[in-house]
Amino acid sequence: MTTLTKAIAHKSGYHINLVGLSSAIVILFWAIVALFAPLLTPYPVGEIVDWDYFGPSSSAFWLGTDYLGRDVFSRILMGARFTVGISLAAVTLACFIGVTLGMVAAVIGGMFDQVLSRFLDAFNSIPSKLFGLVVVAAVGSSIPVLILTLTAIYAPGSYRFARALAVNINTMDFVTVARARGEGTVYLIREEILPNILGPVLADFGLRFVFIVLLLSGLSFLGLGVLPPNADWGALVKENISGLPFAAPAVIYPSVAIASLTIAVNMLIDNLPKKIRDRED
Amino acid sequence: MTEQIVQLKDLYINATTDAGRRVEIIKGISFDIAPGEMLALIGESGSGKTTVALSLMGYARTGCQIDGGEIVVDGQDMMKLSEAGRARHRGATVSYIPQSAAAAFNPAKTLIDQVIEVARIHDLMPAEAAREKATQLFRALALPEPDTIGERYPHQVSGGQLQRLSAAMALINDPRLVIFDEPTTALDVTTQIEVLRAFKSVMKQGGISGVYVTHDLAVVAQIADRIAVLKAGEVQEIGTTQQILHAPKHPYTKELMAAFEPKAFEGFATDTTQDATPVLGVHNVFAGYGSKGSDGMPAALILKDINFDLMPGKNLGVIGESGSGKSTLARAVAGLLPPAKGQIAFAGQPLRPDLRHRTKDELRRIQIVFQLADTALNPNKPIGKILGRPLEFYHGLKGHAREARVDELLDMVRLPKSIRHRLPGELSGGQKQRINLARALAAEPELILCDEITSALDTVVAAAILDLLKELQRELSLSYMFISHDLSTVEAICDDVLVMYKGEIVERMPTAQMRDGAQHAYSRLLISSVPQLDTHWLDALEQDPDIIAQFSQR
Repeated sequence: MTTLTKAIAHKSGYHINLVGLSSAIVILFWAIVALFAPLLTPYPVGEIVDWDYFGPSSSAFWLGTDYLGRDVFSRILMGARFTVGISLAAVTLACFIGVTLGMVAAVIGGMFDQVLSRFLDAFNSIPSKLFGLVVVAAVGSSIPVLILTLTAIYAPGSYRFARALAVNINTMDFVTVARARGEGTVYLIREEILPNILGPVLADFGLRFVFIVLLLSGLSFLGLGVLPPNADWGALVKENISGLPFAAPAVIYPSVAIASLTIAVNMLIDNLPKKIRDRED
Repeated sequence: MTEQIVQLKDLYINATTDAGRRVEIIKGISFDIAPGEMLALIGESGSGKTTVALSLMGYARTGCQIDGGEIVVDGQDMMKLSEAGRARHRGATVSYIPQSAAAAFNPAKTLIDQVIEVARIHDLMPAEAAREKATQLFRALALPEPDTIGERYPHQVSGGQLQRLSAAMALINDPRLVIFDEPTTALDVTTQIEVLRAFKSVMKQGGISGVYVTHDLAVVAQIADRIAVLKAGEVQEIGTTQQILHAPKHPYTKELMAAFEPKAFEGFATDTTQDATPVLGVHNVFAGYGSKGSDGMPAALILKDINFDLMPGKNLGVIGESGSGKSTLARAVAGLLPPAKGQIAFAGQPLRPDLRHRTKDELRRIQIVFQLADTALNPNKPIGKILGRPLEFYHGLKGHAREARVDELLDMVRLPKSIRHRLPGELSGGQKQRINLARALAAEPELILCDEITSALDTVVAAAILDLLKELQRELSLSYMFISHDLSTVEAICDDVLVMYKGEIVERMPTAQMRDGAQHAYSRLLISSVPQLDTHWLDALEQDPDIIAQFSQR
């Protein structure tokens, strides 16, 4: 493995450690599963294929069957589409919007900052599940609606976080120097502020991702998220929770899937590839 | 032979880096301190002077370990004691006065509680006796209202008073040895005098031994009996204060003394005639912070009616204590703080107050260099990018042309080209300040505002930066506005000097006349307060207490 990381370092000019590399592989694995799920599922997701419920792992049903006797393996593969796709899209959008607005507010300051901060604080005070409920009831449930709703719920928190970090950087002398040089807001946030808050922002990204996975499964449980017979991983855990006393694989494996993805995302963020700076010439 | 208070023999301290490499920090240092004697440790940053001083408490900072040698303090080898045994000595037989008293006090507790805390921890005397003792110490340290000052909180006393209170904290248990870690470096010169006097008298009265860590030779001359000159973890020379100051033997000591000698500045012959337009004209400028009142003036008015001209190719020094508005003046000129009233003209052309309304070319011609190179350089950008940006921004240079110019700039500030791939954190303080300067030069300015650019640097490094500034001025026909609280720096580089007090200019004079031609009472007080390399200077110094009272900002 070390020879592998060295080979990568040599080719790409980036150094990545073992933990980062394994996490990246796990994420890549789930991304591929999400993309090609319909080709990989042994059984249709909605079909009851076994008369026994909470069945054990067998050669026919690799990860057992669920509370209705459906194939869990197929359901997890299809669920990856929703969990990985919706959550990643939503967390990326939320963090992009939140962090950008947060940095702009910190750099411009004054009335702009005041108005935006108060507006987003007010927005933040709406309970997230209730907000999701109202939006989905009004416009109907579809994947774009879910992504945008989750983005709207998580962007204000990301804004607050980024703004708090950016305000500290904004008072540093190097930002003052750039401002005295006559640099515009875009340069200031992109070149001077963002690189200095990137670490905490990425850690926040990872945490927020986990929260979104949880909220998404909560919405699914209420019948507002992914609609049956499809299910995301959170919904799979919820619908099979009664199998827990029997240690049914139907409840264990979706949990393992969630854990592997969320832990991998956080581990990758903590061990991002580092650019190798050439100090030779 | 009388028993020595400190016997340090063959001290070795090593550190382990992140990469697991071992670095020798202190390489076999030995010295003795007699009862009642004050030994000064001087040297540049990184020479190990604080590390040696801390080792006298048997303490090494995180990542460092004491690997050899004897540290005998008051007849007890600190290294043979357990950690608990050493803790019993700290604050009782050996005590420590830190550089920043402000950071050493808890803002939420009264001063007296913190001063007597050490006595309580060591359980040496009842609280009542400790309070009595503290009040006596306050009186001995010449603190105002000694009976009640202890009831105040740290923010209710001035910086100089706080430093004396931290001395009281150190002295409460009658230690045999006190370690002073640059205790006056952060203070203004006028305050420094009171603090030094107070330290000197209590140490003499109690017959306490001391170790004084500093890089300021002039302060050492006043307070130390002997001096040890440190460099790279080794003692270069040790001797009496008189001998070190007047007959240094070691080449490094000589270099240090040479860097400290004030060098008179001979202005450059400028070909400008008398009626040339000033490069910078400041007329009736008022500026401050906070919201504007009905009269158009900000709530906290800092600069009041500032007027001066700066001729091209000339250098103007601005001196004053902290809070006198020196830095605010630089910010107003740069447009970072738009003046509430008044006009700033550059080469005869009036400048818009707010920098957002100034043209790119106007911004290019005035550059500002800040005091702390650590915070003035983006820690996440390599040097090449930091220097490349103004080239691209002002001159549109790209690709090879820009790279070539970056190399030229590095050469101009005497740094190797290979440094361009490094991050600021991988450079020394002096190197960072050079980069800071090179970034300003990249714009090809006509005026550089230097805000205390040498005060965070060691004497030898600062002298090199000043030489560099002079050379650059000769080559590039620049003008500098040089803000500093260090008068010898101003003397070394400026033609004229402005003395500021509470946001007003009290006097302007040619630098050559500064030492004996000052007219205003405050200028005279400020200039006479600068320590000199003469061991009798502090004792002989006589200042009119009325004038001190009048100008002390309390």
